Amino acid sequence: MNQWLFVAAAYGLTLGATIALIGWSYVAMRTAERDNK
Amino acid sequence: MASLHALANPARFLRLARPLTPAFLLTGVLLTLFGCWAGLTQTPPDYLQGDSVRILYIHVPTAWLGMGGWSGIAVASLSYLVWRHPLARIAARAIALPGAVFAFLCLATGSIWGRPTWGTWWEWDGRLTSMLLLFFVYLAYMALARADADRGGDGRLPAIYGIAGTVLLPIIRYSVVWWNTLHQGESIGLTSSTIDSSMLWPLWFTLSGFTFLFAGIVLMRMRAMLARERREARMRRMAA
Repeated sequence: MNQWLFVAAAYGLTLGATIALIGWSYVAMRTAERDNK
Repeated sequence: MASLHALANPARFLRLARPLTPAFLLTGVLLTLFGCWAGLTQTPPDYLQGDSVRILYIHVPTAWLGMGGWSGIAVASLSYLVWRHPLARIAARAIALPGAVFAFLCLATGSIWGRPTWGTWWEWDGRLTSMLLLFFVYLAYMALARADADRGGDGRLPAIYGIAGTVLLPIIRYSVVWWNTLHQGESIGLTSSTIDSSMLWPLWFTLSGFTFLFAGIVLMRMRAMLARERREARMRRMAA
């Protein structure tokens, strides 16, 4: 069993989900603040 | 306490949140990336677990933020019930989604870690089951907060639920003490650790890095919610 595959999966999932959450929150914030002007 | 009340003013909050958002995100990215790099390349493998121990550097921060997020919801909910600050209600709602995502990531990374270490993806032990319950409690909070907002509620019901949900936090914390099952016992405390410092140090970088990212995400979500509420209030005034 190659342990690095599990390590890569865990890091990929966590970093990917965090980046997606940041991106989504940023777009939602910019859209809402633009619409509020 | 006076400074907290001052922050509850939306205009004052926005003046502070605008420069803090990119500062938190940038600090978070730098600390997280450095911590991940160090955890993957600068520490020795564990003598029993081998390289899979490196999952520690992301699993612990996700657990910390999954539980810390709910503590934030509870504090904001209590502030809302006591002082009726609208920003406290917005803060609780803004924390819910990132809290749920990090609780899920804690379960997922723990499961991925469990397969090579324990030989199983999942076990119904005290720690895993109570963390799964917290994830469901987050989902229920988001549904309740959305339903309350849709029916024009005053936010009291989600706030009471937010405080009641804190009962899970000590259960998760002490589950490894109360039930001696598969999950390892407490290995990292505030003042001491059973993990050797040569393996532990990158954790402080990922822990603080993900915390800054979490704070940046919450600020962005609060700004979005505040802008939406202001726009809706303005449209209601125009329609009246």
